[in-house]
Amino acid sequence: MAMFIRVEVDPQVAGQADLVKKLVEVCPVDIFATGQDGALAIVEQNLDECTLCDLCIQACPPGTVKVVKLYE
Amino acid sequence: MRFYEYEAKTLLRRYEVPLASFRVASTPEEAAATAGELGGTVVLKSQVLSGGRMKAGGVKFASSPQEARQAAAEILRLPISGQVPRSVLIEPKAPVAKEYYAGVIYNTLAKRPAIIFSDMGGIDIEEVAEQHPEHLTQATFSSLRPVSDYKMKEVVASLGITGNELTALTPILSRLARAFLAHGLTLAEINPLARLENGSFVCLDCHVDMDEDARDRQGALLQELGIGREETRQARPPTPFEIRGAQIDAQDTRGVAGRIVEFDGDLGLIIGAGGGSLTLFDAVRKYGGRAANYCEIGGNPSVSKACELTKLILSKPGVDKIAVMMNVVSNTRVDIVARGVIKGVVESGYDPAEKIAIFRIPGSWEGEGFKILRKYGVEYYDRSVSMDEAARRAVAKMQTV
Repeated sequence: MAMFIRVEVDPQVAGQADLVKKLVEVCPVDIFATGQDGALAIVEQNLDECTLCDLCIQACPPGTVKVVKLYE
Repeated sequence: MRFYEYEAKTLLRRYEVPLASFRVASTPEEAAATAGELGGTVVLKSQVLSGGRMKAGGVKFASSPQEARQAAAEILRLPISGQVPRSVLIEPKAPVAKEYYAGVIYNTLAKRPAIIFSDMGGIDIEEVAEQHPEHLTQATFSSLRPVSDYKMKEVVASLGITGNELTALTPILSRLARAFLAHGLTLAEINPLARLENGSFVCLDCHVDMDEDARDRQGALLQELGIGREETRQARPPTPFEIRGAQIDAQDTRGVAGRIVEFDGDLGLIIGAGGGSLTLFDAVRKYGGRAANYCEIGGNPSVSKACELTKLILSKPGVDKIAVMMNVVSNTRVDIVARGVIKGVVESGYDPAEKIAIFRIPGSWEGEGFKILRKYGVEYYDRSVSMDEAARRAVAKMQTV
């Protein structure tokens, strides 16, 4: 269970193959994966490894990916 | 990493340091046969990675193959400092007229290698330094330039040695220094270096330690000596606690978090950064703290590595609190370590505010890290509190438990 970071992804992005591929590619700590149905999957156990690099935010349309710091 | 005596002698033989014709035997029968071939009185020495062999009964003399068989049998079943002997080194007993000491270490204050020489060998050099300092001399030398025979001559001559002795001892010190530099050694020591009754010199015993980080560069030598990668060659076998630490460190390539040495105190330590681990460990001891472990973290370990290391330390019986202290970090992120440590404490079933005596890691991403620590009520400090003072405060907290 993640204690420090939560990632929120707009459902439209989560179902868009090219954006899913981009998210999987850019995250340096493997928070994103491609699910069996091709949709975006969040790897829960890697969430706390988030380096706050914002690459996922930059990879998608503005406002569709949010990284929430649970300690703020 | 330590070398067995027979390995150290094999290395020094490459550098033409004078040695007796030694052999190694793994069984009493081999020892008897070797003693028969060598003839006369032989000395049999336990091959363990530990000092104090003579006092422990690991060195015996034999005047016949039968005596050698008996002596080897006794030595091979005698553990020394918990270590079972690997084999027995056998060599002719030397007719010693006088014993000397020669050693090379790295002088960390001078940041140069140093040659140490004494005309009182055969006893601990620390004892000579303390009780007979006039019989000991040392000098640093360059690790970049070729070893100078003249420099070594000066060292020997400074104890008043002249003539044939000076001429014979000088190249032995030079060769020892060359071996030290060529193989990434942290210690190369001949004790005793004996002058025999016929005036020649011979290395009777030697001790060689190699820097752990030199292993890769020294692959050819280690292969020649038959030292496998799996051999840790530490002074004692690793404990299950230390083995688990190494497993944690190996779980991914991000940073270091798991090089750990077990002690029996009550204060768990998560320490590191640019020599900070040694400084902090010493500071904890200076203020009367009882460390449960030594460790090194740095290079920006992952949250999971820091978490697992924390859980490991907290699982050790007798650990009351942990202190998380590092030098000012640049390539390690404060917030990542804070997340890992807090997660480890929580997953171990404890309250971070209670269990973490102090968190003192200033540097990269400290603002983010301090937010996390505040949220969990952990006492933290920035760089305005020195490492020494942080250690003092951590120990003081233990004394009020």
